[in-house]
Amino acid sequence: MGLTVSSRANMIGWLQAAPLALVLGGFLVVPVIMIVVVSFWGATEWSIYPAFLFDNYEFLFTSWVTYSVFLKTFKYAFITWVLTLCIGFTVAYFLAFHVRNLSWQIALFLLCTIPFWTSNIIRMISWIPFLGRNGIANQTLISWGVIDEPMEWLLFSDFSVILAFVHLYTLFMVVPIFNSMMRIDRSLLEAAVDGGASGLQTLWNVVIPLCKPGIMIGTIFVVTLVMGDFITVRFMSGSQSANVGRLISNDIGLLLYPSACATAVVLLCTVLIVIAIFLRLVDIRKEL
Amino acid sequence: MIKQTKISRRGLLKGAGATAAFAGASTLGAPMIWAQNIKNVTLRQIGTGVSNLNEIAEKVKEDLGFTLTMTALDTDSAAQRVATQPGSFDIADIEYISCKKVWPAGNLQAMDASKLDNYDKIAQTFRSGKLTPTSTIAQGTAPHTVGFVDGPNGKTFADNESGWMTMVPTIYNADTLGIRPDLIGRPIESWTELLNPEFKGKASILDISSIGIMDMAMVCEAMGEITYGDKGNMTKEEIDKTLAIFTEAKKNGQFRAFWKTFDESVNLMASGEVVIQSMWAPAITAVKSRGIPCVYQPLKEGYRSWGGGIGIAASLSGLEKDAAYEYINWYLSGWTGGFLMRQGYYSAVPETSKNFMTDNEWGYWFEGKPATGDITSPFGDKLAVAGETRDGGSFYERMGAVKCWNSVMKENQYMVRKWNEFIAA
Repeated sequence: MGLTVSSRANMIGWLQAAPLALVLGGFLVVPVIMIVVVSFWGATEWSIYPAFLFDNYEFLFTSWVTYSVFLKTFKYAFITWVLTLCIGFTVAYFLAFHVRNLSWQIALFLLCTIPFWTSNIIRMISWIPFLGRNGIANQTLISWGVIDEPMEWLLFSDFSVILAFVHLYTLFMVVPIFNSMMRIDRSLLEAAVDGGASGLQTLWNVVIPLCKPGIMIGTIFVVTLVMGDFITVRFMSGSQSANVGRLISNDIGLLLYPSACATAVVLLCTVLIVIAIFLRLVDIRKEL
Repeated sequence: MIKQTKISRRGLLKGAGATAAFAGASTLGAPMIWAQNIKNVTLRQIGTGVSNLNEIAEKVKEDLGFTLTMTALDTDSAAQRVATQPGSFDIADIEYISCKKVWPAGNLQAMDASKLDNYDKIAQTFRSGKLTPTSTIAQGTAPHTVGFVDGPNGKTFADNESGWMTMVPTIYNADTLGIRPDLIGRPIESWTELLNPEFKGKASILDISSIGIMDMAMVCEAMGEITYGDKGNMTKEEIDKTLAIFTEAKKNGQFRAFWKTFDESVNLMASGEVVIQSMWAPAITAVKSRGIPCVYQPLKEGYRSWGGGIGIAASLSGLEKDAAYEYINWYLSGWTGGFLMRQGYYSAVPETSKNFMTDNEWGYWFEGKPATGDITSPFGDKLAVAGETRDGGSFYERMGAVKCWNSVMKENQYMVRKWNEFIAA
């Protein structure tokens, strides 16, 4: 009798896990396996054919373009991470600790999400007329007499790419950090103040350690989003700059699917390694 | 919804199987027999933004009664769809260079020239390759070299008018650099100006490798830096040298941006970010219709040319195939040609298009004569006033000065990889 109950519970457990497992299996695991398989295939100008070749990887690892593009991708990810972290943490801190009233907190939080009601491509493209040579920013600065010549580096530069990234992804930092901050027991802060800690000491020794899971979740969001992006880099750099995503999209555009798959596999491995390192630093599960 | 139409089509085919065979044989009879049922047909067309215009679909509905859906893509994406997703389209409106790439994939079917009412009026460029009987054929992938195959199931391109066409030609043009005369303020005469340091940070080139490389070659040849054996079929060394020159220019900040779709080029030019760049005729029209001066500058070294056409999916049969032929015949019968010529293209069947243009329009766009009244774009925006002439002059002056066609080279894969390096550099 006991056996059947436990095996039935077992069955129910399997059944409960089944829908998600099937969805993930069908829409995540199988496609990733396909990508890995195709990365060993060969391509002609108009078709791909099954094979087991290392050509795609060989070309990838022997080309300087790959290294410079990966470096660029890391550069974008790192700078964006630093900026979104600083801004995101500050905004979350303000919301969590300076705004005392819950309804105000909710109202201001919703305010942060308003830009996300539009498509991120629209949010990104709206920077172009603003930053352009004859755009609002340059015209305003010239009319104020701050500059004489329009600043060209505002648009189609690394600056504009990172600006767009920060604009697009800061919210992904705000939300998890805000969430962690709201869980901090206020009596801990009181205890720190009672114990004679300065504001900075409290921040460094109490708030930040307790926010680590939130920071880490935000970091994972931002880093994976930036590393996987291609459209922001294409539009904001005026196609002049390339990250790994653009390399993949160029290959796809030219029907070089196996080569695109090989690049995707390398990118996937890189991102997984980065996340593995993050997870070594903070045990999200334990601290959630 | 889709399923339903399929079932009704099948039912119809069953009943009308015998008549279908008869109708297929008689081009005259076909439209009449199908007239009642053809309204249920939906043809899905994919192609580039320059000719996939809703106005055309609306006119098809009005004139032919069936539905044409259009998907506008960039040049590479359109070719990619044709090569890899045969189920996703019925009509492919692509360039001849794309045709050279995708024909071997087998997703298009050869078309019977005898079913085309206006075949004998199609411009010679697409048939013999010669603009006039005495013309020489320019370098590159000239459309007639990939326009015909040996038979209904032909895999290799034929070197004569075999009667089986890979694509039915629709439009073509001679391309050159677009400039903002108001921001440059001096005459521009040569392709070399694209790399002139005077325009540092204000130049652009298109990021579509098979077309961009030809613009680059025109520049390098004009600079005297490289003498090409055949621009349309470069050697690896020629490709390396060409891209080295442009990579250096890119590193020196010559380019403001690269563009991939037609609208991007319009915005770059209209906003003044760029004053000289690779451009397509309707993009010039679009900039001008915003009231901004823009010239499709004829250059002394000549033009780079291209041709576009319509292919039909290999899977198309029965009623849908008849509808596709009817659509193509309609396309060549003049209305669309006139519409597209008002954007600055040339219709592949100029004779029929003439009937759908005013004498003033025909004179301005085709004959290179001064306008006798306002010239407007197909969307109604004013482009020129009386007395102005078209940049570059008449059809024969412009097409006669073509130095190379957009091209797919033997070393295409190598070129593409080098192009990727150039973009990443």
